Amino acid sequence: MDEMQKAVLEYVENEYLEDDDEELEVDTPLISGGIVDSFSMVSLKRFLENKYNISIPDEKATPEAFDSVNNICELVKEFI
Amino acid sequence: MSFSKSIRELYQQEIKEIQGQGIFKEERFIHAPQAADIEVEFPTGASLKKVINMCSNNYLGLSSHPDVIKAAHEGLDHRGYGMSSVRFICGTQDIHRELENKMTEFLGTEDTVLFPSCMDANAGVFEAILNENDVMISDRLVHASIIDGIRLCKAQHDTYKHSNMSHLEQKLELHADKRLKVIITDGVFSMDGDTAKMDEIVALAEKHDALVFVDDSHSSGFIGKTGRGTHEQYNVLGKIDIITTTFGKALGGASGGCVSGRKEIVELCRQKARPYLFSNTMAPVIVSGVIRVLDILSQSTERRDKLEENANYWRKGLTDAGFVLKEGDTPIVPVMLFNAKLSQDFSKDLYQEGIYAIGFFFPVVPKGQARIRTQISAGHEKHHLDKALEAFIKVGKKYDILGKTKKEIIDVYGM
Repeated sequence: MDEMQKAVLEYVENEYLEDDDEELEVDTPLISGGIVDSFSMVSLKRFLENKYNISIPDEKATPEAFDSVNNICELVKEFI
Repeated sequence: MSFSKSIRELYQQEIKEIQGQGIFKEERFIHAPQAADIEVEFPTGASLKKVINMCSNNYLGLSSHPDVIKAAHEGLDHRGYGMSSVRFICGTQDIHRELENKMTEFLGTEDTVLFPSCMDANAGVFEAILNENDVMISDRLVHASIIDGIRLCKAQHDTYKHSNMSHLEQKLELHADKRLKVIITDGVFSMDGDTAKMDEIVALAEKHDALVFVDDSHSSGFIGKTGRGTHEQYNVLGKIDIITTTFGKALGGASGGCVSGRKEIVELCRQKARPYLFSNTMAPVIVSGVIRVLDILSQSTERRDKLEENANYWRKGLTDAGFVLKEGDTPIVPVMLFNAKLSQDFSKDLYQEGIYAIGFFFPVVPKGQARIRTQISAGHEKHHLDKALEAFIKVGKKYDILGKTKKEIIDVYGM
């Protein structure tokens, strides 16, 4: 797991998992798996933009692009 | 005709997908007034079956109360059937304002405006009072109608973990730069039956200079000592800036809703909320019925007291029998089964035993948290609850889940 995967995973776990939930993997489906609702993507997007000093256009911030830690990292790399 | 074969097939495919996911909803026809004892036609065409209703929002048993029906008849006789107009043209009667005043007094707020439904109140209120300089911070389990209202509003949106006050505070700090911050929550969460920590929410709002919005649809009429709602239970009467609630549940159960709270906010709803501006409001017959409901509730707390007693009795019975319940102290008592198919099978078996209670599963509740949601009413008598309990135990034994923990049930049936 690289630094970015680690950072994103940690954020997602802290932000979205309840205390008794199981841990996430980098390929765990987040939105289609019901862990992150598409609504809560707002704060995730904001976190990524602040952390990596990037701007992700709304049309790129699709539920598919945010559906796993791996997908998110790929998306972020497009804009770094 | 533009509804071509291919368009029809497109829609048929979507319906098939819904069926394939096991989330296709079928209506059950009730051939009786809403009450604890009802006669149901299900599936369509089947002969009528007498069942005990354990899943209505008729918390106070007022939906078919003779006094309410009488008041509705009088409303029909004296104020007619329909208004054929929106409120601000020629669709407001004296009784509409009378009901608004009575709700203001009942909820202990500054002013109230009626809406065709609470869904409409929630859909309209945020857009009317917030703009892009503001932020809405909502509990992650708020009702779908609030989510729709949030979507229609230009203000930014963020969420906090369900009833997690430290997470809420983090979000209030994160959005400290906004013109207005509104904390948005349900009073009683309809799927879990727990209450929002209104006292802590109000304290955080005061500390961080935020407004508080609560949807008390599953509270108004019975939560709190005199049934005013969660703000009464948590001793923060007069401190909630915006309350929305419905007349479609405990308060007569017909339809209609309202926004109640700070008078300037209510006034802005009258001026700007689209469901108020572009739809007829509640029909006179319903307004008359709700006025009578509020009179009944203001005279005595007998019905909410009986409801509390019934709910405690039911919760204790299920707990003693060995079911896993969601913790809470409201008349919403979810019996946890975790697995979606098990919740459906359990519901079907209950129906065969004469008990009408529905299984809920993803996406209505999170994956792995399927349940039978039971809802208790002041219209239930002990014999209803005893018969329902007997049926739950019989079906619980069949699936061997009594006395089993969450983990043991999931080990057998899966998430």
